[in-house]
Amino acid sequence: MNFDPNIPIYLQIMDEFKKNIVSNNFTLGSKVKSVRDLAIEYGVNPNTVQRALSELEREGLLRSERTSGRYISDDEELIKKLKVEQATAIVDRFISDMRALGFTNKMIMETIEKSIQKDED
Amino acid sequence: MEVIAKIDNVTKSYGKKEALSNVTFDVHPGEIIGLLGPNGSGKTTLIKILNSLIADYSGNIEIDGHSIGVHSKSVISYLPDEPYFEGWQKGTDVLEIFIDMYKDFDYDRCIRLLERFQIDPVMRFKEMSKGMKEKFLLALVMSRNAKVIILDEPIGGVDPAAREIILDTILENYSEEQTIIMSTHLIADIERIFNRVIFLKEGSVVLDDDVESIRMQTGKSIDELFREEFR
Repeated sequence: MNFDPNIPIYLQIMDEFKKNIVSNNFTLGSKVKSVRDLAIEYGVNPNTVQRALSELEREGLLRSERTSGRYISDDEELIKKLKVEQATAIVDRFISDMRALGFTNKMIMETIEKSIQKDED
Repeated sequence: MEVIAKIDNVTKSYGKKEALSNVTFDVHPGEIIGLLGPNGSGKTTLIKILNSLIADYSGNIEIDGHSIGVHSKSVISYLPDEPYFEGWQKGTDVLEIFIDMYKDFDYDRCIRLLERFQIDPVMRFKEMSKGMKEKFLLALVMSRNAKVIILDEPIGGVDPAAREIILDTILENYSEEQTIIMSTHLIADIERIFNRVIFLKEGSVVLDDDVESIRMQTGKSIDELFREEFR
């Protein structure tokens, strides 16, 4: 994985997990690899991985079992909420980029409709 | 928090010039610390003091509850900035010395690492390139189950592909009870494995912080911050 060294790495690991959860790359309820294995896989400090996993746990996306390790949450409501959050973030970013180009709301809507239409053809 | 090394007010002068001025910091188990600074900032001097190679300094150092000496030597696995082998020696000669000298030396692990580095230990050191010698030494040092591992410029003489392998080797072979202190000036390649960095400037500590806090607070990489500090 390539990290942006200007942004805390634990935040980037959290994003990576969230992306994998909403796109179903991670099966809900499945076991998460150990901190050590993830640290080696990502090539980062184990403390950084630990921090990312703890934060994800706090957000409810992972749950930890005392003896057997960590699991991806199987709370479908929560995952749905995460999906909506991520979609909103994408749209917000898009709208702000379009406004920066000088597009009005109407022009933005028209552009979207045109692109969707083209996609369907 | 448990402390494995305590460095308290350490000062070292060469004549009138202070190589280290009141250096103070604690080291905890599980940390991977980047000791960063340009040439001449005191990194190697500090590392040599920790490894009993320089004795005339002032201040206090405790390693694993003992002052510098026989005990500290037994708990520190040290990679010096220059390989210390003689050209006529074979890799296997040095392996035997390590087996004799260090109870915590894991011979099987060392052989596995040498295979991975594609180094045949029956070679003589004069037949090895600089990069091969560095990797040979790293395999030795990472094969000791020592509480503290000190690496002085471990990736200086190798190409970027080999750097990757070396970083992986460090991550795979260190355990959470161990501490790594690593000096380097090649920060961009390596900063992702640190949890803490200490900047040395003209013998003084000018920064000592958690790397993720630094990124969060400055929006900068350690490499960028370093370039600004030492421009």
